Order: sequence, then structure tokens, then C-alpha cells
Amino acid sequence: MADLSSNFVGIKSPNPFWLASAPPTDKAYNVERAFEAGWGGVVWKTLGEEGPPVVNVNGPRYGAIWGADRRLLGLNNIELITDRDLFVNLEEIRQVKKNWPDRAVVVSLMVPCIEEAWKTILPLVEETGADGVELNCGCPHGMSERGMGSAVGQAPDLIEMITRWCKATTRMPVIVKLTPNITDIRAPARAALAGGADAVSLINTINSITSVDLDNFCPEPTIDGKGTHGGYCGPAVKPIALSMVSEIARDRELKGLPISGIGGITTWRDAAEFLALGAGNVQVCTAAMTYGFKIVEEMVSGLSNWMDENGHRTLDDVIGRAIPNVTDWQFLNLNYVTKAKINQDLCIKCGRCHIACEDTSHQAISATRNGERHFEVMDEECVGCNLCVNVCPVDNCITMEPLAAGSVDPRTKKKVEEKYANWTTHPNNPGAIPEAAE
Amino acid sequence: MEGTTGTAALDDGIVAGRLHAETLRTNFADLHAPLSAHEARIEAERCYFCFDAPCMNACPTQIDIPMFIREISTGNPLGAAKTIFEQNILGGMCARVCPTETLCEEVCVREEAEGKPVKIGRLQRYATDIAMDEDARFFSREASTGKKVAVVGAGPAGLSCAHRLAMHGHDVVIFDARPKAGGLNEYGIATYKTVDGFAQQEVEYLLSIGGISIELGQRLGEQLSLDGLLGEFDAVFLGIGIGGVNAMLADGSETEGVDNAIDFIAELRQATDLSSVPIGRNVVVIGGGMTAIDAAIQAKLLGAENVTICYRRGKDHMNASDFEQELAASKGVTIRHWLQPKRVISSDGTVSAIELEYTAIRDGKLTGIGHTATLPADQVFKAIGQTLIEETADGLRIEGGRIAVDKEMRTSHDKVWAGGDCASGGDDLTVTAVAHGRDAAESIHKALSGAAR
Repeated sequence: MADLSSNFVGIKSPNPFWLASAPPTDKAYNVERAFEAGWGGVVWKTLGEEGPPVVNVNGPRYGAIWGADRRLLGLNNIELITDRDLFVNLEEIRQVKKNWPDRAVVVSLMVPCIEEAWKTILPLVEETGADGVELNCGCPHGMSERGMGSAVGQAPDLIEMITRWCKATTRMPVIVKLTPNITDIRAPARAALAGGADAVSLINTINSITSVDLDNFCPEPTIDGKGTHGGYCGPAVKPIALSMVSEIARDRELKGLPISGIGGITTWRDAAEFLALGAGNVQVCTAAMTYGFKIVEEMVSGLSNWMDENGHRTLDDVIGRAIPNVTDWQFLNLNYVTKAKINQDLCIKCGRCHIACEDTSHQAISATRNGERHFEVMDEECVGCNLCVNVCPVDNCITMEPLAAGSVDPRTKKKVEEKYANWTTHPNNPGAIPEAAE
Repeated sequence: MEGTTGTAALDDGIVAGRLHAETLRTNFADLHAPLSAHEARIEAERCYFCFDAPCMNACPTQIDIPMFIREISTGNPLGAAKTIFEQNILGGMCARVCPTETLCEEVCVREEAEGKPVKIGRLQRYATDIAMDEDARFFSREASTGKKVAVVGAGPAGLSCAHRLAMHGHDVVIFDARPKAGGLNEYGIATYKTVDGFAQQEVEYLLSIGGISIELGQRLGEQLSLDGLLGEFDAVFLGIGIGGVNAMLADGSETEGVDNAIDFIAELRQATDLSSVPIGRNVVVIGGGMTAIDAAIQAKLLGAENVTICYRRGKDHMNASDFEQELAASKGVTIRHWLQPKRVISSDGTVSAIELEYTAIRDGKLTGIGHTATLPADQVFKAIGQTLIEETADGLRIEGGRIAVDKEMRTSHDKVWAGGDCASGGDDLTVTAVAHGRDAAESIHKALSGAAR
């Protein structure tokens, strides 16, 4: 049996699946249920400074987009940080940690960019016995208008400043949660590292309007005729999150900075992908909000079975394994030639590959053979783009088959070279260098 | 007494009231309830929007099925209805009666992928029902051309032809022999397939385009003659169906209690009170097509104790689809193959049994093999096919017992077109009749436009 136990910046949990700071972790009732269901840890919903609690809208807080069968693909929210009393939260955190000593309990924090504010709240959290803190530099709605959340996350100097304050104040590990609403995710990550952060977590939600109510021309979610952008999450954001995680994981300056991966993780497979791209653990929210806490069972068993089948004994065998294979476009092998191949036994003859290729790509898939409906790739036209694979409704019906070195590409009529060669040495590149930089 | 049976449940002979009125209402209710909005969306999202979709090509009227399903899935049912009606103005009825399992749904790639085609027929009904309920109209007449066209027969072919001609601005008079328009839609389809007077609603919806008048009680060969129509109209379309019933080659086939299945089906459709429709206790239906199935199922639903379909060939030769055969079986109808009627046995002048002879194919020819079986029967329905009453097509070339037509539905007379069951080359389906009528109308329009120039 694979060992799923996780040690993330010294915070131990029986598995790498934490619930992200969000409505599912707003109070003891939910968190207790989550731990009973098997979650390895939680990041408690963001606490603010002492005083009158935050006020939320009393209308809709969520908007969504759906796929076929109304499967939720993307969710956005305009809920703010916890609207419960600070000391009620702190007491519940203390009790939950006491009840569940083997689970990770990290507390998300968001207070104004004033040193005193951070120095006041951190000891209060420390007293609860919580395992660490996560600085919310990510929420893109509401709090950002008050100079917090993503307003901080978009200003690397502010990130560095508050991280430094926190590290100087507390013994607890400090995780800095980053906003994706920024041009280059490495800048805030470097700032966090410079401030002494133990880790970063990403991504927080993305600025979004999910839809417009066309009856009254209001953005969704609509509150009494008006709407505002919310924070987008769920399966739809996973590719964005994976890319950002990988950017940090493979950055030379950030090498070794632990990452807690967040963004649309719905299944064990999603989680494994984040781990492979350098995340030390993962945080989940939308999937739990869609299906309930029980999904963690599938995540644990799926990850465990996959690790067993592939001989990965611990998470460390997986974490970062895909990073060496993330590179820049200019280093991709231009001598690697593939052709799409349609498995005629699996083909159900919907013809989507044909029309996609015919209308929008390279006219490389024929629709008939001897007058019969039949879809076949024409190697002499196929550029290997993979669009047909992606529009095909049948799994594995169309595959990309590499041409063997030494064979001739029927499209270019050129021999497929065995040697790796990329753009940096390509004759069409005015800036080409004599030898390929591998 | 509790139970679903009426007072006459176990009486011999052909009697009414075998079942309680409430049971009859349940038995003859809509075979497939309409899809709810939720069901329609879920089902529509199963469609792959195939290229050059096989379903579309399998549809005799070539409805752009992927398009109308996509329109349903995007919350645009009126757009979907328009897409359907553009090709098939009787799309509402076809959604109910088409044997989709042998047309569009048979070739759905989902059938290939997982044995469960998209429910195209029911989605078509969903969209057309919404449009008709909202009285959304998508077509209007062109300016009047002053040309007059006679359409004989207010069935699917005639109605479809009339509508398309009206769109092109021609003035149309539809003649029909029966007291109501609709043809087989009104008189020839099982009651549970088209409930709540839908056939008449559809006629009204279609006629709302204007420029079409209907004259009922006008039968070709009686009140009307082809020559007379040709003298009065610029063109004539014949959609007269096949009103003759094939004779049953068995002794005693004129005995009381031997009835035509199509008459029974029509009687049921026109009945205001199903408990007044008499039915036998032991019913035998001779035939293997949709009419045989429709009659047998409805006999059972009316309360017949034993209903047996006897067909002279094997299961695979039956014109009734697998779905129809299974439906009959599920209602308790027994289907027996390789049996042909030999002799109707009577007692006191009415049917008491039928003797059938086992058959086989010998040297490629169907033949009786001497052995017989006798089934008790107080009612026998003949459903062994219909024929064109040829004198109604006097002077037109006949081919294979139907009026010969070309691809544009032109007959041998240059001012006469024909379509539907009476025309050659069809398959006796409602949807094919609709396609014929539409295509004939385009051909007539072309001919009349040419004459005007």
C-alpha cells in the first residue's frame, strides 16, 4: 500500500488532501464532518481582525457555468472572509485541533497592511494550537476593494512586507496564498520567498463574471439588479492553476519553495497532476461544494491505487516528477513528427474529427471511402495538431502516432531525423545558434 | 367488485364494455408522455452534432436533426420547431408516429456507441409541442400567383403539399372524402399514439398560413373526377392513399365477425366513448405490418382476453418494427409466425374459430405445408395490406399497383402529381408522404412559375 502521509512544511496530515479556505471550512460543524469523511487537513476560512464582523450580501453569492448534463464546470463567488466573530472562530479552531490532533489545521488570515494588525492576530491563532497560517493575498472580490486580498497579492512589495512581519511574529509556518490575477506569477512568489515564507499556495480565484441575465441585462450573480466580478474556481480553472504551479516549481530563483496546489481539483487524477508539477499537497474546495465531503474517499483510494500500480511508495516519489519535462516552446523537438490515427473499430462515425479538421484546420481527414461514410486521416495533410483527438467523443479512438526516425513524412516529404532539434538551431530562426541548447 | 374488468369482461362474442371506462382511459393514454424541459435538455445534450449526420440522412424529410437538437439544448425550442417545420410541416405527428427505431434513431451514432440512440422523436415532439402550444407561426404566403391547385386527399401528403403550395402563393383547394381532414393521421393511427385530438390541431395549425380551403365529403370517382378538376385547376395533386383492402384468400372470409383492421382502428379513433366500442373475447389478427400491430394492441387494450397475430412468414419478414413487436408482446399480444389463414369456421352465422395452415419457404416460394392449427376466434381482423382503388387514378400510368411517379412526383399526366401511399416508390410511412407532398409542391410551383413566364 502506498504511503499517502504528507509532511508539508512540517505540517503533518494522513493524506495530502486539504480543504481550501472557503465556505466548507467556516466553522467547526463543517470541519468536523470533513475530518470524519477523511480529509487530511483544512485551511480554516479566512479570519479578519477583531471588531464588528464582516458583512456579506444576502442575495446570491455564487454564479456558475455548466457542461452537458448540467455538470458544474466553473463556479464563482462573491462571499467575503468569515462573517463570524473572531473569538468564536478561534475557540472552535482550538477545539477541532484538540479533537483531531493528526489532521492539519491551518488558519487563513487577512488583516490590513499594518504591522500591528498582523502582530495582534498571529498570537491569537498560535494559542489555538493551529498548525500554521495562510496569508490570504488572493481574494479578488470585495476585500480587495479595501486594500486586502488580491490588492496585496498584486503588489509584490506588500507581499514581502506582510510575510516578513508574520515570520518575525510567529513560530508557525507561514504559507502565502497567491492570486492568479497577475501577469507573471513568479513575481509574487519571489516576494513571498524574500519575505521568508515557508510556502506558497495557489491559485486563489480568478476575476470573473459567469454569465449575464439576458432578461434584465444583469451580470450573475445578480443582487437586486446589479452584479460584480467574483472569484472563479472549479474544474474550468485547473489548467490555469497547473501552469502557474509549474512556473513556480521550475523557476531557478524559487527552487525548493514548497507549493500547496489549488485550482479545480476534483479527482485523484487532478491531485496527482498537481503533485507531479511540484505541489507538495493539494487543497480542494469546489469539488466538495459540488458533491460533498465524501469525494475524498475516491481521491484517497484513486491516488493510492495509482501509486501502487506504478511503484510510487510515498508522495515524494511523485512530487515534482513532471517538472523536468516542463520547458519553453523553443526547446520542443521539431524533429518529433506525429500523425493522427483513427481506430476504425472504435469509431462511431460521428464525423466531428472530419468537420473540425475540414472547417478549421488542415483538411486532413476524409469523410468517405468508396462512397461509404468512413473517416480516415490523410498523412500527407496531417500536421499532427491533435484537434481531432480532442473533439472525438470516444476515448482513445484517435491517437497520435509518432513517425519512426528514418521514415519520410508524407506531408513534408522530408526524412524524419532521429536527432533532437529545436527552434534555437532552426535555419528559419534569424537568431539561431549553431548547436541545440538541450 | 374490485378489479379493472367491466361487466362484459368474459362474455363471448363481439361486445362492448369489457373494461371499466377508467381502465380504458389509462390503456389508451399517450404511449410516450411528453418530455419535461429537464428531460429534453438532458437528452438534447447527448447529441454529438455529427457531421453530415446519419439521422438527418435517414429521415425521409431530411430534417436537420443535429441543428434542432442543438437549438433545444440552448434553450431555443422555437428555433428548433422552425428547423423541423421547414422540412416537415407535419413534424408534430411524425414525432409521434414515425418508426424512429428504423429511421433516424437506428443510425444515431449513440446507437453505435452504446446501443442507446438519442431520443430524436421525443425531442422533436418537445419542440413542436411548444411551438404549437404557443401558436408560433413560422411561414407566410408569398403574394398570390393567381394559380389554383387542387389537392385530392387531406392526409399527410396532401396537407404537406397544400402548405408548401400556399407558401409559394398559390391558391389551394383540398378535397377529401371523409368528414374530417387528416387522412390516416385522423383515421389510421393507433389511438394511444396521438391523443387529445392532435391530428385536428395540426391541420388547423397548418391551415393558418392561409390560401388553403378544404372541401370535405368529396370523393374522387363520386363527387369529383380527375377530368373535372383538370378543367378547373392549373394543377392537381393526388394524395388519395390506398383505400382498397386486400381480400383474404380463405374460405368463409365474408363471415360476420371478420373485419378490416383499418376500419377498427378508425372506429376507435372516432369513438367518443371507448367503452362503447365492441371487441371479441378471442381475437385473431391476420397480417404482419403496423396495421396488424395497431389493431392487435388496441384489441387487447379494449379488453379482449386473447389476441393473436398470425403472420404467414417469419419474424424477420414482418413489416412491423422490433419496437412495435415488443410493444405488442408487452401488452399481452401473442405473435405467431409461419401461419396463413385457410378457413373461417362459423357457428350460427358468426365466426367461432379460424383454421390456419403452417407455411414454409420451399424453393424460394412461400407455400402451405399441409399441417393446420385452429384458433378459437369470435373476431378476426384482416390486416393484410391495402391497394390503390385504380379507377380513381383513371388514365394515369400505374406501376406496381400504385400511381407511377418520377422523382419530382410527376405522374404520366403533365398537370397531375401524386404522393403518399398512392404513389409508386414509397414505403407507406407518414413521413414519406409528407416528403412526397412537399416535393410535389416544389415541382408544381416550378411548373406553374415556368408557365407564367
